[in-house]
Amino acid sequence: MSVSVQVRKFDAIVVGAGGSGLRAALELARADLKVAVLSKVFPTRSHTVAAQGGIAAPLANSTEDNWHWHMYDTVKGSDYLGDQDAIEYMCRRAVEVVVELEHMGMPFDRLENGKIYQRPFGGHTQDYGSPKMAMRACAAADRTGHAMLHTLYQQNVRANTQFFVEWMALDLVRGADGEVLGVTALEMETGEVHLFQAKATLFATGGAGRIYWATTNAFINTGDGLGMAARAGIPLEDMEFWQFHPTGVAGAGVLITEGVRGEGGYLLNKDGERFMERYAPNAKDLASRDVVSRAMTTEIKEGRGCGPDADHVLLKLDHLGPDVINLRLPGIREIAIKFANADPVREPIPVVPTVHYQMGGIPANYLGQVVAPRDGNPDAVVPGFYAAGECACVSVHGANRLGTNSLLDLVVFGKASGEQMVKDIRAMPAAHPELPKDAAERSLARLARLDGAASGERVPEVSNALRRTMQAHCGVFRFPEMLTEGVAKMKAIAERAANTMIGDKSRVFNTARIEALELDNLVEVAMSTVVSAEARKESRGAQSRSDFPERDDANWMKHTLWYREGSRLEYKPVHLKPLSVESFEPKVRTY
Amino acid sequence: MQFSIYRYDPDRDARPVMKDYTVKLDPADRMLLDALVRLKEQDDSLSFRRSCREGICGSDAMNINGKNGLACITKVADLPERVVLRPLPGLPVVRDLIVDMTQFFDQYHSVRPYVVNNDPPPERERLQSPADREALNGLYECILCACCSTACPSFWWNPDKFVGPAGLLQAYRFIADTRDQVTAERLDNLEDPYRLFRCHSIMNCVDVCPKDLNPTRAIGKIKEMMVRRAV
Repeated sequence: MSVSVQVRKFDAIVVGAGGSGLRAALELARADLKVAVLSKVFPTRSHTVAAQGGIAAPLANSTEDNWHWHMYDTVKGSDYLGDQDAIEYMCRRAVEVVVELEHMGMPFDRLENGKIYQRPFGGHTQDYGSPKMAMRACAAADRTGHAMLHTLYQQNVRANTQFFVEWMALDLVRGADGEVLGVTALEMETGEVHLFQAKATLFATGGAGRIYWATTNAFINTGDGLGMAARAGIPLEDMEFWQFHPTGVAGAGVLITEGVRGEGGYLLNKDGERFMERYAPNAKDLASRDVVSRAMTTEIKEGRGCGPDADHVLLKLDHLGPDVINLRLPGIREIAIKFANADPVREPIPVVPTVHYQMGGIPANYLGQVVAPRDGNPDAVVPGFYAAGECACVSVHGANRLGTNSLLDLVVFGKASGEQMVKDIRAMPAAHPELPKDAAERSLARLARLDGAASGERVPEVSNALRRTMQAHCGVFRFPEMLTEGVAKMKAIAERAANTMIGDKSRVFNTARIEALELDNLVEVAMSTVVSAEARKESRGAQSRSDFPERDDANWMKHTLWYREGSRLEYKPVHLKPLSVESFEPKVRTY
Repeated sequence: MQFSIYRYDPDRDARPVMKDYTVKLDPADRMLLDALVRLKEQDDSLSFRRSCREGICGSDAMNINGKNGLACITKVADLPERVVLRPLPGLPVVRDLIVDMTQFFDQYHSVRPYVVNNDPPPERERLQSPADREALNGLYECILCACCSTACPSFWWNPDKFVGPAGLLQAYRFIADTRDQVTAERLDNLEDPYRLFRCHSIMNCVDVCPKDLNPTRAIGKIKEMMVRRAV
């Protein structure tokens, strides 16, 4: 390992090349700024590519719709933990960003009149929660994420964006006043560490579903941005809120889009009962994801699961007919055949709730600026630092995200953060501020430990223990003793993670080293999750506790902030005041 | 399960070797990628790319018993007891099963893979009929895994001059898009003895595509358009 660290200077750096990173990069490249986009994988391999069902926008192409209704649904879906200023901002910009994607060439499906095809999705309604569903999910078959990510990459090719592909960012570099000055990053092909210095640094590093054993997430979703932020003293917000997607393929984890239910599919228990009618009489199978996942888990727990082990339920869609399935859900058919040995044209797909999305993340405002408490201001801007997409907690999803709002989040806040970065960079002096002498120290120490360790536990043993612990202790339903025990277990795992060893000491494309570095990030995410979950004594959205089964607005309508140092918690108020409309007051949440 | 795997680490090895492995699988290990992840638990120096593990990101393309494919959607049950794994053919090897894909992506970029429409953008979406949209099916779904181009003898010979099946499939994807206005320039861009016409319809690309796409047919359509505009 070379200890000399080359410094590269840019106006802006974007870490991560999924939907939000690419959307931000486009804004920066078009402003003729010097931009570097760093990504662990080639951009089109980012996990946005796996999104299926659609992107929300009240285009009103098939049903009456407007941003007020979308905003209401999102606030309600968030179980009143979402920040209403940010939610208004997102919903108001939805039509604009989706139309832009279409202009960029995104291959949306079409209606007979040539407009973008839209389908219903869970929790999206007309007229402020009426029983009538809104058709709001703009879809490219069931490959919406693929179509969107490739389109955004293609536009960046056109804009000559500079990519650093297969570079893994290691640590955040902060100055004396806490301002962010860039990141250190490892070139995977050579093993070299470089320092990327920038006036504005955006994290668009995605989620961390790999802290769970059963996940729809890709191998790369290890929460690198969250780990880097936490190590640099930035708190992580609302990490107890993890979305379990109702329909992961049983045993495989691979996602089956909610769009299946949007097109008319539904869930059955072993008695062939459409059980969601009991749990959500109006929305039924299109209730919010937390509601459906709890219902499924209850069915399984009470002995109405399917299969020899009664451990899953069935997703039926054969009644839609082969034409609809082949036109609107071709990717699902492919996945079901390959991963469930079931052709949905003829037979149902075995599914279980599976970890899918992290509602929490790096605290940011709706302009993409990272915020942290300072001098009594709970939302003080961290200069030079921005976050967008799944790694950020803006918070538009609060305690539970609605389907199709994540792709929307990526483009709205990718664009907004890019715009803000352009503005901020133009207001800065031409010269970069000076870097601290020890800017690369933390990263080099982490690498030196791995290179020098001649003995220790293997990385997969520790990361598997972490995933098993999170799966068992912090699932769909949460129990006080399990949470307390989970915190203790995670503390032990964190110590084990600090004492791993890798056999591979090569400089060239050393994936064992990458996995060890990722484990450091998984540890921060898992620890923040279980500690935040243990502390929150209520049930809200994706957090459902046996000992506190009700939502407690008087005491808990507030955001959690977890600090790595001492695994300390603070809280900050929810932004209940929207930008231009009246607040949506908390109500009992039924579907 | 037995493996023979191409191993090469330029940091350590003078030349590549095929190394034998035996791995005991768990009943949950259904796909070749699951087996490779298990193998890596035994020998962490084995290097390969992987991400989504569901055949949509295109990371884990490799040569499996002589045929290119994605490890994550290749069922273990469909493989013989002994599996020979090599990196994708025709591209420089970085390490083990990891190839340098620069030439592949350069060719993709060379077809100007984006819709060009110089009309001022309307307030709302540009309209496209369902039939015109369906013309993009079988084209836009490409995941850039490179299974096809690295199975193509013409690409092996001229990776710097022949666009290759993946790039040409995308060239046609934009020609076929009713929103794009620069078909003539797109055809000019391929009017050359190598870029398009090195395709000799060998159809290895069709045979290996893990997404069941058909680059040869797309290439045929471009050739037809070339001929039509020449007469």
